[in-house]
Amino acid sequence: MELQVKPLAMAVVVMAAISSVALPQAVAADSAMIEKGKKVAFDRKKGNCLTCHQIAGGSLAGNIGPPLIAVNARFPDRDKLRAFIWDKTESNPYTMMPPFGKHHILSESEIDAITDFVHSL
Amino acid sequence: MTMKKIVLMALAACLALGTTGVYASQADDINALRHYFKKKFPTVPFKEFANGSYALSADKRINWESMRDFPPFEDHVAKGEALWNKKFKNGNSFATCLGNDVTKVRNRFPHWNAKDKKVETLEGNIVACQKANGEKPFGLKKGNIAYLSAYIASQANGQKVNVVVPDDKDAQAAYEAGKQFFYAKRGQLNLSCADCHVYSAGMYARGNLLSPVMGHTTHFPVWRGKWAKKKGDGFGTLHRRYGGCNKQVRAKPFKAQGKEYSNMEFFHASMSNGLTIDAPDYRE
Ligand code: HEC
Ligand code: HEC
Repeated sequence: MELQVKPLAMAVVVMAAISSVALPQAVAADSAMIEKGKKVAFDRKKGNCLTCHQIAGGSLAGNIGPPLIAVNARFPDRDKLRAFIWDKTESNPYTMMPPFGKHHILSESEIDAITDFVHSL
Repeated sequence: MTMKKIVLMALAACLALGTTGVYASQADDINALRHYFKKKFPTVPFKEFANGSYALSADKRINWESMRDFPPFEDHVAKGEALWNKKFKNGNSFATCLGNDVTKVRNRFPHWNAKDKKVETLEGNIVACQKANGEKPFGLKKGNIAYLSAYIASQANGQKVNVVVPDDKDAQAAYEAGKQFFYAKRGQLNLSCADCHVYSAGMYARGNLLSPVMGHTTHFPVWRGKWAKKKGDGFGTLHRRYGGCNKQVRAKPFKAQGKEYSNMEFFHASMSNGLTIDAPDYRE
């Protein structure tokens, strides 16, 4: 019994050690990206997404596009969401949504951040 | 009846319509938009479309009506009247070019000039008149041109817009070019005029309620709160507005009174046919 329990207990100790270092760091990086994405999304000179979408935390939003809530339920695949934001005209040439990547409205890293932010909604 | 006969008869019917002076494509565009907006805004009476977004929101309308009780543009119209009555150095005046009866000026524009093969606008003709008489021409977007245009338009209040596209292939091409401009995606944001003023009319872009294209031109020049915050006195022409709407999609604006905007005005003003002139007006 003791012999069997010991390795398990050790594994737990090791995992705890790893998580106490690595896990919080990973979370911190993500929330920084989400925070950056939110800033870029709300900035009138950048994403200006509130012109068309209601987004939690934003005021005076328009209603040309659908409210951005529970987006990850409709876009479980982050890459698909990113492609949508990068250039929606690819799949719908008549869309009102500006092609943020294709027309260089936002940089690639800004689009990454916005994607993380919108995916978190 | 043979197929050929039916086609020939249809053709004859078309030609008969053509001689009445109504350009079929213009009539179709007007009808299509009327149906579209009637379906979209079933409770809004046709004549109300001249009031833009104020026909669509009771809240916005209250603010607009109180602005109209004490209009910020009365002085501007008075200045325009003085310009109309002033003689040029050579003894002529604007009436020499535009006609003595000021109530019959606004509603002749925009129109097709068959000789020079171009669309003529009221503001374009004001400036052309100054040039022809050795006067220094006004600027094209605000100031004196807007005052004079406002006075002339105010004298036509109550008349119905009636833009005519004549039976002339160049005139029709100018109309089609203007329509194309209105429906074309442009600018870094990739938006057409129609995206905002047809498909999204009645929706909000931020806090701005988007007006339907039908009724856009009945009340220009306008005094705008937004313009009043900038340089100048809040007053501006239709082509100033065009430039602003181009800039907000991050497209390079075209020259006021240039060919692109004049052709667009030919199409754009046609979409207000049948609505009543009521100028100038207040807009947010
Ligand atoms: C000028 C209008 C406009 C702007 C600005 C805009 N969008 Fe959109 N968006 C739309 C419209 C309209 C749709 C509906 C789908 C379509 O038309 O293709 C949409 C759809 C979406 C969707 C899909 C939502 C769903 O539930 O399916 C997402 C996600 C989205 N937009 C994100 C953004 C982000 C992020 C920004 C800013 C960086 C932005 N949008 C800016 C108009 C806009
Ligand atoms: C991104 C959206 C957008 C686009 C694209 C756009 N506009 Fe506008 N436009 C507005 C807003 C917002 C207003 C102010 C609210 C209103 O009256 O619609 C406005 C107002 C106007 C008005 C004044 C309406 C009135 O009642 O006095 C005219 C005229 C106009 N636009 C013409 C155009 C033309 C022509 C184009 C294309 C060259 C265009 N717009 C493209 C958003 C847009």
